Amino acid sequence: MKISYKKKELLNLYKQMVLIRRTEESFVEPILNGRIKCPVHLYSGEEAVAVGFSAYLKKEDVFFGNHRSHGHYIVKGGNLEAMVAEIYCKEDGCAGGRGGSMHIIDKSVGMLGAAPIVAGTISLTLGAALGFKYEKKKNVAVAFFGDGGTGEGVLFESINFAALRKLPIIFSCENNYYSTHLPIRETRPNYPVYKIGRAFGIKSFQVDGNDILKTTAVCEKAISTCRKGEGPVFIEFKTYRLRGHVGPSDNIQGTQTDIRPIQEIEKWKKKDPIKRLERYMLKNRICEQKELLNISKKVESQVFAAHQKAQISNFPKGEEVEYYVFR
Amino acid sequence: MSLDKPRELEYSLAINEALHQMMNENRSILLMGQGVKSPWYVGNTCNGLVEKFGEKRVIDTPVSENAMTGMAIGASIAGYPSIVVHPRMDFMLYAFDPIINQAANWFYMSGGKVSVPVVFWGIINRGGEQAAQHSQALHGLFAHIPGLKVVMPSTPYDAKGLMISAVLDPNPVVFIDERLLYSNKGVVPTELYSVPIGKAAVRKKGKDITIISVSYSAFLVEKVTPKLIENGIDAEVIDLRSIKPLDTNTILKSVKKTGRVIIIDVGWKSFGISAEISARIAESGINLKSPIKRLALPDTPAPASRTLEAAYYLNEKKIYESICKIFKKGSS
Repeated sequence: MKISYKKKELLNLYKQMVLIRRTEESFVEPILNGRIKCPVHLYSGEEAVAVGFSAYLKKEDVFFGNHRSHGHYIVKGGNLEAMVAEIYCKEDGCAGGRGGSMHIIDKSVGMLGAAPIVAGTISLTLGAALGFKYEKKKNVAVAFFGDGGTGEGVLFESINFAALRKLPIIFSCENNYYSTHLPIRETRPNYPVYKIGRAFGIKSFQVDGNDILKTTAVCEKAISTCRKGEGPVFIEFKTYRLRGHVGPSDNIQGTQTDIRPIQEIEKWKKKDPIKRLERYMLKNRICEQKELLNISKKVESQVFAAHQKAQISNFPKGEEVEYYVFR
Repeated sequence: MSLDKPRELEYSLAINEALHQMMNENRSILLMGQGVKSPWYVGNTCNGLVEKFGEKRVIDTPVSENAMTGMAIGASIAGYPSIVVHPRMDFMLYAFDPIINQAANWFYMSGGKVSVPVVFWGIINRGGEQAAQHSQALHGLFAHIPGLKVVMPSTPYDAKGLMISAVLDPNPVVFIDERLLYSNKGVVPTELYSVPIGKAAVRKKGKDITIISVSYSAFLVEKVTPKLIENGIDAEVIDLRSIKPLDTNTILKSVKKTGRVIIIDVGWKSFGISAEISARIAESGINLKSPIKRLALPDTPAPASRTLEAAYYLNEKKIYESICKIFKKGSS
């Protein structure tokens, strides 16, 4: 990938990935000690996918996510404190404690929604893209789903219609090779995921989802394709989650369902997208170790402050349980 | 048009007029679904819409109910209030995820921040030997779900007014109409007006019994009431119009007055709206002069053969006889 980035741009990508990682890792302790009870699906290891979109995204572009969407929200410019509070299911959360970790919804920044029904938000993304097309807006709608989502029929219905109407939608498949506990070889024939898009005649790419330079490049291509009215685009990001399907580890939280081989996990740890960018920048003398440490420190204190605020926030009141059924 | 003769319109054209006027009023509104270009699917409810508003706003979709319904929801969230039509509501079952998991929960899940102004329009196609997958009335299923409103107009006036209300409502509304009512004519004002969601209509005042009807059963009851009067039964007739929110006040007020009640639903009996209404009456503690009576479809899939259909569906005779029986009167 022969795109050159300025130092400032690279450090910004780095900062966002570190912010996501630090935020995700900060949930481990409160989950294990029971302060956070709602199911939390950590994005650790997959940061380069969401952050790959950041450089070319506009505020008016929209995201729809899934159960593992904290990273998407952060990239979309979401409010970290509101998200952390929501994961504690507190009143100050972005959904007032009604949604929890799996429903990160904040229309003000274009995070139009996230939901854990696998592939359930893909068709919703289609609707946002339809609106853009109708109004001749140059905006893009991105649907995030995993390899598990490729088992759902609604994905195929949605690609078909998007292709038919040339909608500005990016089908963004984060292939982490596991559909909860089940390896991809047990859920799909041995055939590349990105070729799903080709069956409908749309531009389809496969990319190393742990290489931020490559994800950024493919996202640039996909976004500009959609802005030119030549969408939709399908992207398969090959990536890996460093934590359990839900929570820090599926093997210490009541079940023994993480059957991923140690060697496989170790192999992917070496491909950690944050470490890779660090190595790249240091090797090419783009920045110094000290600058990276400073970024991490700043991020750490930002995350720490969000937790402190969330922990002293109140839980929603029981007598308000019937609020918000209808507007 | 002369002032002394109000304009009459068919039920289906009343819906058509509502769609024309709403889409004209607000250019963000989109209409989508299978067959919007084909009267074979949607009768004449969508006449002239594609021609007037174009294929970017009036979208005849592939047979992909799940994605197309989700698309309507996503568009509504993004600022384009959408109407998605299912010309046979049986096919809405493909779209239970977007309707129930997504749209109905969205406002709650977002802590009251993002509502979904979408209309799920489903058409009941009872009868015509269409059998079990082209004839179902599924309003009871939808009414069970928190976050969904459910309306079922029986007259052309209400068809237009409730479609307008459904489109204007910031929440997901399931609008259920009935193909058998499409050619019925009635007075329909030419201007934009709305019929409030959650408000039943008292079609006739009476003192002996409360008849609670909805959709097609309201149409049948209207034909039965003159015969009841001839037989000395002065019934109060309620047309629910909205299943959810249910107008409990109007129901209880009437039942308190008459002391007798028959609930006539167009759906199945068990766990349906006749059960819910019975429960609300029972919970109210009103003293009844005779037990609550329910008339609804048997707990059986819709058959094909006309002889079986005749046994399965309600008709004027069955309604008339059931009511006479409550008063221990002959019905010959």
